[in-house]
Amino acid sequence: MSDRSREERRLGWMLCAPAVIAMLLVTAYPIGYAIVLSVQHIDLRFPNEGGWVGLTNYQTVLTSSLWWTDVLNTVIITVVSVSIELALGMALALVMHRAIFGRGLVRTSVLVPYGIVTVVAAFAWFFAFDPGTGFVNHLPLIADDKAWFGDRWSAIGVIIAAEVWKTTPFMALLLLAGLTTIDGGLYEAAKVDGANAVQRFFRITLPLMKPAILVALLFRTLDAFRVFDTIFIMTRGAQNTESVSILGYNQIISRTNLGLGSAVSVLIFIAVLLIAFAFVRLLGVRMAEGRPGA
Amino acid sequence: MCFALIAAGCGSSGSGGTVTLNWFVATQPGGTIEQVAKDCSKASGGRYTIDVQLLPTDASQQREQLVRRLAAKDSTVDLIGMDVIWTGEFANAGWISPFPEPEATEVTKDVFPSVVDTASFEKKVYGAPFNSNTQLLWYRKDLVKKAPETWDQMIKEADKLASQGKPALIQVQANKYEGFTVWFNALVESAGGTILSGPTTVSLPETPTEDALKVMGSLAASAGAAPNISTSDEDTARLGFEDGSSAFMLNYTFAYASAEANAPDVFKNMGFARYPRVVASKPSKPPLGGFNIGVGAYSTHQDLAFDAAACIGSDKSELTATELDGLPPSREHLYTDKVVTKAYPGFSQLVKESIDAAGPRPLTPAYQDVSLAIQDTLQPPDRIDPSDVTSLYDELKSRLEDAVNGKGLF
Repeated sequence: MSDRSREERRLGWMLCAPAVIAMLLVTAYPIGYAIVLSVQHIDLRFPNEGGWVGLTNYQTVLTSSLWWTDVLNTVIITVVSVSIELALGMALALVMHRAIFGRGLVRTSVLVPYGIVTVVAAFAWFFAFDPGTGFVNHLPLIADDKAWFGDRWSAIGVIIAAEVWKTTPFMALLLLAGLTTIDGGLYEAAKVDGANAVQRFFRITLPLMKPAILVALLFRTLDAFRVFDTIFIMTRGAQNTESVSILGYNQIISRTNLGLGSAVSVLIFIAVLLIAFAFVRLLGVRMAEGRPGA
Repeated sequence: MCFALIAAGCGSSGSGGTVTLNWFVATQPGGTIEQVAKDCSKASGGRYTIDVQLLPTDASQQREQLVRRLAAKDSTVDLIGMDVIWTGEFANAGWISPFPEPEATEVTKDVFPSVVDTASFEKKVYGAPFNSNTQLLWYRKDLVKKAPETWDQMIKEADKLASQGKPALIQVQANKYEGFTVWFNALVESAGGTILSGPTTVSLPETPTEDALKVMGSLAASAGAAPNISTSDEDTARLGFEDGSSAFMLNYTFAYASAEANAPDVFKNMGFARYPRVVASKPSKPPLGGFNIGVGAYSTHQDLAFDAAACIGSDKSELTATELDGLPPSREHLYTDKVVTKAYPGFSQLVKESIDAAGPRPLTPAYQDVSLAIQDTLQPPDRIDPSDVTSLYDELKSRLEDAVNGKGLF
């Protein structure tokens, strides 16, 4: 390594330092504290009990059928919602990219759902599907007394729909960014060679967008795995619709069992790390370069 | 806030200024809370003013907000409107203070013993009973001649009405929330059992529990089950009864005045009876609700707060709650007062009898865990197969054992 590159590297670290310190203060400390709490028996309702319990809290969580039911729910919601978001997001990105008239208007209107507070959006969807207040049951082909939140799968369906509606714009925006980096000349060359629209999409657009798609998928998957607001508003976890975040909330906020709740939070954190790791290592997302690995 | 406190002579008991006491409590639509706060402030002769700090209407969220403040030793919490099920938890955690004498005797004098139990922990009084509450069976006199005595009779009656194409639903509270525990507890108690026999001892005898589970399962599978049974609460039950689609409803006393105001056609045929039995030979033990007034352990004005709590729990305040919001008093002798007989025309004695016979929910510091264990295991009710409840019983018992010992995930 030459002197110059060594100097540049040092300068790089110095420029990063304030951000790194801030990150340590606001994220590393709470994470460390959660880990410390998770190996103790701490329940605010029983101030005279407590002490170090090693991995007992983790054992309690991992041997509980409730945890695994909630993991399954969370995975279902994540996989289904992110898949739909990817398909819809791609379509929206293509529309936004191609729009000639009113491009600004199209882009703005697509973004509206993303600008709405999640809790507000969840309430809107809740009231729409609620048999008492909603319009959905008055639509044709739907039973007037259908209780959407009274059954596990219909409730999960509405939760997924609300999540998709809310976050597809985010997906579309990331994909649009990837789309704009593709050189238009490639399409012209392909056209000259006689490639049709479908071939151009699968042979040019998709391969060149792979980095953008993977980054978008990574962000959305991490987000979707921590789904909380929508479920909290719609069912509060009733009818077996609980996600792992709701489970953590119940332990920490309702039961004030900080030990168990922290164990749940740490496990969620580990799951999120694993997802990120899988994306980066197995699928080869290179965040910094925005390119797939070799 | 701080300016107001300083101006009011915050913490200066010697100066003779008026102290502001914060009363954290859920609102009542009829204005009871504000009226009682005003009356008691006035009655104190300038010693204190009660400042109402409204909590959310949802009982779980009320508790969560209070717990967060109390766990952080918030000294601004002087008076607390406590749901009857919070006493054990709050007292055990040291978040509320026991009433000294003579206030302890004063606030429990002539109060229903079932209510005094809910305000006590380890033989000390931690709350001044304010209003009580209980559920009655409301039914349509134009559909059934006589109120059913038991749940089985009621479910059969509903099936019969449905086969004739008449309104047949039985409105209950079976969403995943405290109301579900209320229902399950009332059924177990009525069947002759009890969920806990002590703060950390699970009782849950097999036969009564299985009888209770069978009632829940058969109702959920019958024509009496509302389409929204697994998301039902007090309000959906009331709406379902008022819209004319139901023959029966289990609900608190507010349902009567509500039907009178919103559904005159249903109201003119609205009958009332005691909570149905689970076993024909045993009298029912109806649900018990209501609020007790606790005094925050970190309050800097405890003496005045005990005084104020006694005033909020006085006969006069209880009658204000009955008059403005239709809430049942917690003192027996008030049931002959004309405010009460006017609020419950023809059924004031029924309300009294129901509170007197009520089967309170378990009194335990781990109440939250116990309630969540019940909801996690049994809700939604259509998961209960009435012909085979043994495995569910075993699961419930082991979850409850975990709950009282502070173990397990809920």
